[in-house]
Amino acid sequence: MTKDVIRVANGQGFWGDSILGPIRLVREGPLDYLTLDYLAEVTLSIMQKLRARNPEAGYATDFVRLVDRILPELVEKDVKVVANAGGVNPHACKQALFEVAARHGQPNVPIAIVEGDDILDDLDRLMAAGETFANMDTGEPLATVRDRVSSANVYLGAFPIAEALDQGAKIVLTGRGTDPGLVLGPLIHEFGWRRDEFTKLAAGTIAGHIVECGAQCTGGNYTDWRAVDNLALIGYPVIEAQADGTFVVTKHDGTGGMVTRETVRHQLVYEMGDPNRYLTPDCIADFTSFQLAEDGRDRVRVSGATGTPPTDTYKVSISYHDGWKAVGQLTVSGPDALEKAQLCAEVVWKRLAYDGFEYGPDERLEEIVGANVCHAGIDVPGADDPPEVVLRMGVKGKDRAKVDRFGSELVPLVTSGPPGVTGFAGGRPKATEIVGFWPALVTKDKIETRVSVFTKGTP
Amino acid sequence: MTKVRLSRIASARSGDKGEGSNVGVMARSPLAYAYLKEHLTPAVVRAHMATINRGDVVRFEADNMEVLNFLLLDSLGGGGSASIKTDAQGKTHGLALLRLELDVPDEVLAATPEA
Repeated sequence: MTKDVIRVANGQGFWGDSILGPIRLVREGPLDYLTLDYLAEVTLSIMQKLRARNPEAGYATDFVRLVDRILPELVEKDVKVVANAGGVNPHACKQALFEVAARHGQPNVPIAIVEGDDILDDLDRLMAAGETFANMDTGEPLATVRDRVSSANVYLGAFPIAEALDQGAKIVLTGRGTDPGLVLGPLIHEFGWRRDEFTKLAAGTIAGHIVECGAQCTGGNYTDWRAVDNLALIGYPVIEAQADGTFVVTKHDGTGGMVTRETVRHQLVYEMGDPNRYLTPDCIADFTSFQLAEDGRDRVRVSGATGTPPTDTYKVSISYHDGWKAVGQLTVSGPDALEKAQLCAEVVWKRLAYDGFEYGPDERLEEIVGANVCHAGIDVPGADDPPEVVLRMGVKGKDRAKVDRFGSELVPLVTSGPPGVTGFAGGRPKATEIVGFWPALVTKDKIETRVSVFTKGTP
Repeated sequence: MTKVRLSRIASARSGDKGEGSNVGVMARSPLAYAYLKEHLTPAVVRAHMATINRGDVVRFEADNMEVLNFLLLDSLGGGGSASIKTDAQGKTHGLALLRLELDVPDEVLAATPEA
């Protein structure tokens, strides 16, 4: 029987978010669904490389550790989990989960996998069939960088997640999908929303957007930060959704942080482009349509959202090798910290030039952290005479050896620079790869999604 | 008229958007929103952020939330993984914009609660 209100929370805003978010969401209040986002734009490229070296790798291992900690409570409270932790190897992730589940006496927990987003091996076939994967920002065809591509994933929508839940999954593992889809999928499943109910799909998308960065809608990263109580034990967001698409953004009683019209507005604008047209594979949501109203303490009601039919394309996230970079830093104490840091930077560039290594204006960077780096060019009091600063220098380019050469001229400043240079740690800065991001589109009917539910691991 | 920082009548949040960033500016009152819609133009934002952003500035409005959304199209030193700047994701651009000084009519200030 369908409940009147479905509670969907997000416990992970990105790979690296605190494990306490999801642990406390399951422990500290009522919940029907726990969603978790582990994928950033470059994450899938890293995962492809891990899998190339080890066929058992290429997914979010943090998720398996989390499930190990919360599985008994998930089962006891019947909380279902939707996570994009599958990365580029959802079957290996599933296998690791079954091993954890067996240790907890739950060897047959139904785990679903949503596939079809990973098109790395299909790129050439799709290009031969007429898909150019033109860069959405520059218009260049993918052929320009094809030989350097390291991952290619379609942002799938919410319906495959709903289908997995329809089939009885308790844990749904996806690869790349839209972040709001993690929340919309359970709502489609619970309320039976159809593909042409665009206002409801838009409402679920807006709900998903509000919670997709975890505590950023409950008082984290908030302008008026002094007003936020108990950031240490900040509550992660919970959506209380109804079948007609209206929903309340809230958090569990007794948790830190706060949910107000103001904290919700803060997240609504985050990473926003044109608010009239928020594109997803399921609908185009109109972020100028709805009303926000406070509905008691730590409750904000969102109603009246509208949406229109989606386009006939999926967005594709492609990553490619785009050169090398190296960054290092030193601390410079006063007196005259700023002047000495400027001298240090000059010394490094001159020594490198003496040895034949010159870096163009767009290939090198020096920042004197503490003397107004972040708001450069804006008049900020106190920036002209800081008691100490951090000198942060970096280079980038196509030539790995040249980028590496930079790293060996930073540390010598400790003995051959001005006095008061310290704080060197972490070894010589080394060249690390720049993973370029190539946003593109692909025709929807060229992409096949698959949903499968498993009730035991591979022996 | 009183000269105040934008933070007196608005809050803000920013983040990365391709090779640029977006700054959402949230008016602290309906009157503040009306004032900002007229005076916080893309040209004003572009001039204030000129050292941080090398590209154009585009503005969108969301009247239902009393929000102006600005796209700073070239503000990350390459963007994403290619940037070697400290703030490669534009996380601090909202606070940078809130430092902007504006001449705000006293009736707007009177109708706008302080944070």
